[in-house]
Amino acid sequence: MMGHVPLSWFLMLSAVLFSLGVAGFIFRRNIITMFMSIELILNAVNLTFITFAYQRQQVAGHLFAFFVMVVAAAEAAVGLAIILTVFKNRETLNIDDLDSMKN
Amino acid sequence: MDSFIVISLIKIFVVFGALMTILAYLQWVERKVIAHIQVRPGPYRVGPHGLLQPLADVIKLITKEDLVPPYVNKVLYLAAPFFAITMALLSISVIPFGPAIRVAGYPTYMGLADLNFGVLFILGISSMGVYGIALAGWSSNNKYSLLGGLRSSAQMISYELPLSLAIAAPLLISNTLSLRKLVDSQDGWMWNWNLFHGFQYVSFVVFIIAAFAETNRVPFDLPEAENELVAGFHTEYSSMKFASFFMAEYANMVTVSCMAVLLFLGGWVAPWPAAYGSGYVPVAIFAIGGMIAIWRGLNPRRPRDRFTFPPFGVVFLVVAAVFLVPILQSALLPLFWFCAKTGAILFLFMWIRGTLPRFRYDQLMGFAWKILFPVAMLNLLVTGLAIAVFS
Amino acid sequence: MDLILFLVFAGIAVVAAINVVVQRHPISSAISLIAVMGSLAVLYLLLGAEFIAAAQVIVYAGAIMVLFVFVIMLLNAGGETKAGRSFVASLLGVPVLVALLWLLAYYTARIYPSDTEVHFGGFRGGTAQAVGRALFTTYLLPFEITSILILIAIVGAIVLARKELE
Repeated sequence: MMGHVPLSWFLMLSAVLFSLGVAGFIFRRNIITMFMSIELILNAVNLTFITFAYQRQQVAGHLFAFFVMVVAAAEAAVGLAIILTVFKNRETLNIDDLDSMKN
Repeated sequence: MDSFIVISLIKIFVVFGALMTILAYLQWVERKVIAHIQVRPGPYRVGPHGLLQPLADVIKLITKEDLVPPYVNKVLYLAAPFFAITMALLSISVIPFGPAIRVAGYPTYMGLADLNFGVLFILGISSMGVYGIALAGWSSNNKYSLLGGLRSSAQMISYELPLSLAIAAPLLISNTLSLRKLVDSQDGWMWNWNLFHGFQYVSFVVFIIAAFAETNRVPFDLPEAENELVAGFHTEYSSMKFASFFMAEYANMVTVSCMAVLLFLGGWVAPWPAAYGSGYVPVAIFAIGGMIAIWRGLNPRRPRDRFTFPPFGVVFLVVAAVFLVPILQSALLPLFWFCAKTGAILFLFMWIRGTLPRFRYDQLMGFAWKILFPVAMLNLLVTGLAIAVFS
Repeated sequence: MDLILFLVFAGIAVVAAINVVVQRHPISSAISLIAVMGSLAVLYLLLGAEFIAAAQVIVYAGAIMVLFVFVIMLLNAGGETKAGRSFVASLLGVPVLVALLWLLAYYTARIYPSDTEVHFGGFRGGTAQAVGRALFTTYLLPFEITSILILIAIVGAIVLARKELE
């Protein structure tokens, strides 16, 4: 009942979340869902950083996770503004329809 | 380990019961205060002085038809009020009401949980509270609700920034994130409170204004105003789900008042130490109130006062006597001061509701970003500079 | 106790992450992603990262996802149409990928076992004080650079979102 959790389980969870994020990014066609899959990938990486900070008993992993969060916030703001602009011009959120530069 | 669980369960039941009663009667107090500001009696038919009005409201809300319109997104529609009330009640669970006491020999803290990062927890929960309103507006499938929901969410997240900066300034002075240690750092006389000792007047004003906007109260209640947006984001809700939003709003009000008291007004610390007689203030207040009630019962202004006032007078005198018992004093006195200060801030909320008109939406947002946010940032800079220079 | 906590919240995280990838309408994906972030915050608490857990809830789940939810509500674009894929591919694609990567992680853990066990209180250096001290001494340069990055993002978002009005 009072069992401890092996550290490798956290890394496996992170691998599963990362792979789900990559799968969502590759297989979905809606821009916003692809963006959310990227956020899922970033969260999985954060979990890995914090797990290794626990193993090495250092706070540096927390700092890296903090910076990843900050960069994700900045990226989300600009990315969603771009998505809004694209929607106002093309009226579609399907990434397959944004192919005007294709030959 | 066992006694910890048992005591925690008892505390949860006590706090939950007291909170539900307080939320119901807070609505009665608000209606009475606004009525007297507007020189009218307010509710006074249902029970003596309308004291059973909240009971009547609860019965009405429970027995109303619970209509789920067919065009709504069912999952989100049913989840949104649940989410709102959960977040509102969760933030009350970390608020300390008093110091460490002993209950039947077991030492415990007056408060459900004591977190090391209590302030961050409350900030996080209030950030999550935005979702209840946004999802309610979206799921109702109604353009008035959507507009009200979006406006209210945008208002709440815009005012979270000055709120966080105004919270950061007294944290610099008290040097801790734990709510309990915040109060311990303001121990002593009244000029030891963060508001006076740390010159946090600007922070206090910014916090109160941002708190008004966070809880969607007048003068910032455009998104839920009845005569502006057909009741805004809760247009399509009826009976218990509407009551949930209502309770969530009052619970949020209680949370921000408790935060203002803990951060700026010294929490449960009496204005002057108990060694100089501050323990007799609640006794005096309740005794005088009880004697006035009994005298009014004997010389009634209205015939039925002869029956309703004396029981209240007796109850007040009993409470005054309870405050004199030394065993209970260590728990009751801090609780009294905490409730008195929180009640003062709640009265401020109701007073302003009865006095001020409401802002237009662009005025509201312009005020947050162009005036309140720079002022809060400057205040934080000045506070940090003062601390670095004077210590 | 820690084991049960980990299993419950890791289960919620995986189920919600599958939901993010699978759901048709973006708003359901957004709410599932909020659930993932909330359960990850609890796992961070288990790993002793109290400041990062609070920051995850305040910044990620409470601000970034609000931005996502706003944009989805404003665009109101509706669900995605079903793409023409073979039935076998749509049934097996995601589970096979997840199983492959899980097997990789599992066998790596078998070959390089670590004897670190995670329990509450195993790492006490994740307080706001410790993170703040490191942030303002060792990592001051990245801190200042990220503040400029945020400024650039603010200016960029305002310019992009304003141009469409004319």
